[in-house]
Amino acid sequence: MNISGLGAKRITVLAGHYGSGKTNIAVNYAMALSENGKKVSIADLDIVNPYFRAKDTADILADMGIRMISSEYANSNVDTPAIPAEAYSIFADKSVYAVVDVGGDDRGALALGRYAPYLLEENNFEMLFVINKYRFLTADAQSTIEVMREIEGASGVRFTGIVNNSNLGEETTYDEVLASLDYAKEVSELTGLPIKMTTVRRELYGELNNEIKNLQPIGLYVRQSWLKQQEV
Amino acid sequence: MSEKVLMKGNEALAEAAIMAGCKHYFGYPITPQTEVAAYMSKRLPKIEGGVFLQAESEIAAINMVIGVSSTGKRVMTSSSSPGIALKSEGLSYLAGCDLPALIVNVQRGGPGLGGIQPSQSDYFHATRGAGHGDFHMIVLAPSSVQEMVNLTFKGFDLGDKYRMPTMILADGTMGQMMEPVSLDLGEVTKYDKPWALTGTNGERKPNIVNSLFLKPEELEQFNFDRYKRYAEIEKNEVMYEEYKMEDAEYCIVAFGVAARVSQNAIDEARKNGIKVGMIRPITLWPFPKEVLNKAADKVKAFISVELSMGQMIEDVELSIRCKKPVLLCNRTGGMIPTTKNVLDSINEAVNYGGAK
Repeated sequence: MNISGLGAKRITVLAGHYGSGKTNIAVNYAMALSENGKKVSIADLDIVNPYFRAKDTADILADMGIRMISSEYANSNVDTPAIPAEAYSIFADKSVYAVVDVGGDDRGALALGRYAPYLLEENNFEMLFVINKYRFLTADAQSTIEVMREIEGASGVRFTGIVNNSNLGEETTYDEVLASLDYAKEVSELTGLPIKMTTVRRELYGELNNEIKNLQPIGLYVRQSWLKQQEV
Repeated sequence: MSEKVLMKGNEALAEAAIMAGCKHYFGYPITPQTEVAAYMSKRLPKIEGGVFLQAESEIAAINMVIGVSSTGKRVMTSSSSPGIALKSEGLSYLAGCDLPALIVNVQRGGPGLGGIQPSQSDYFHATRGAGHGDFHMIVLAPSSVQEMVNLTFKGFDLGDKYRMPTMILADGTMGQMMEPVSLDLGEVTKYDKPWALTGTNGERKPNIVNSLFLKPEELEQFNFDRYKRYAEIEKNEVMYEEYKMEDAEYCIVAFGVAARVSQNAIDEARKNGIKVGMIRPITLWPFPKEVLNKAADKVKAFISVELSMGQMIEDVELSIRCKKPVLLCNRTGGMIPTTKNVLDSINEAVNYGGAK
């Protein structure tokens, strides 16, 4: 991902429908900020998803000097969703660029509500709505916007932009990405929010780059060891 | 262009249940199956006649399932291992009352409160000891998100056809992973339920749903009759999938996520010239005894790959009448066997008894 032209705010919040790909976008975004020479923290506020977590990537992020703020229970065997007190540090230390990974739907977004006053007071944030046309409950613009309003209601924060992350997992092709553009445009027009970027797996970037504005290649960092060939 | 959608196993299962005509869900949250309840809580209130209810406990939820099933409606509950244990009494009552219902167990590590990572250690519970008394449930073991969909749809049919509870025995991975799926499931089959409590309108004798029989002769006869139905199921409803068994000298038996890992290991082992294949049970009860017993006449050894201390291995040994050695390749407590774990077991089988 190359974000040099995006004018990153000090805090970037990623939220959206459950399973829309927020965590992976958050990790890619944090890496891109770091590559741009920024001091970066990533805060995992996901209180709803037990398995595929930003913390899965802790080692890679640590190597890049990115600070991971995550519940010590994330990915442990403790069934206790909790947010670390450390999360406040991203609002206190204004020298860091922070990426905030919020849990899915309105339920996950409730956790963000705790920090809404800090976000709004400083007013140097971007809150990006991650959308995927190929998720069953956000297959059209209307249902997608419904989810968006629920998240805004639960968090007390309004979105400022859209990330079109429409994908069918491993089976995503050129056609699926192109077919999602009208959907993203409709969501954008109905909400008045700009499409900040369209994200695709690195393998698809080359053939789509000339056709889509603000296209961003992303790596898959949230481990999916049961889906594909395992390490031998 | 694909007509598929990207879904998490738990959501896909929930949507398939709705498509199968299930409008009643009762449950209580527990990781790693909570998405089923969360999904139902969003979807069912939007469907005419749909009821989502988060009960005060697992025990309350299963008893609500008994109530709705008595009226002939399709109904389900879901939980994960410790929560399913709490529902055990109700499972026995469903069986004793000859009531269909879909029960979903997205297993996590045990015993006790255990952990939240995936497991298959409720195999014994599902296939042998789901509650007190003489009874079985039909037990279906999905190995992909698509199978979470297809087996849920089929599970309702099997339950209605044979008037008994059907269990989807998934593991945490099946519930949590996302894969593209097709939700093109076709028409819902309607089953006559003349036994259901639908109100007599004064036109017939009342139906009674009951599992209490104080005369032992009567209870014995009910059990005999029920087991005749079970024999039909064992004859007609066994499901399994074979992978590279045509020339296999070694046979892996695995279900759920263990089968996915095993498939990778088989492909690796075959690169080294080891002829290994797999029989993947899709129904854990009825167990694919016959195909395993036939395979025992061809292969040198079996390997049971499980996320438990070795539970299905007993059914493998019974099925093949202990004709060939059966090795166990297992991880437990929330750990998943790696391809290397399975490859090591394949090599162990090749060298078994000093033979090459």
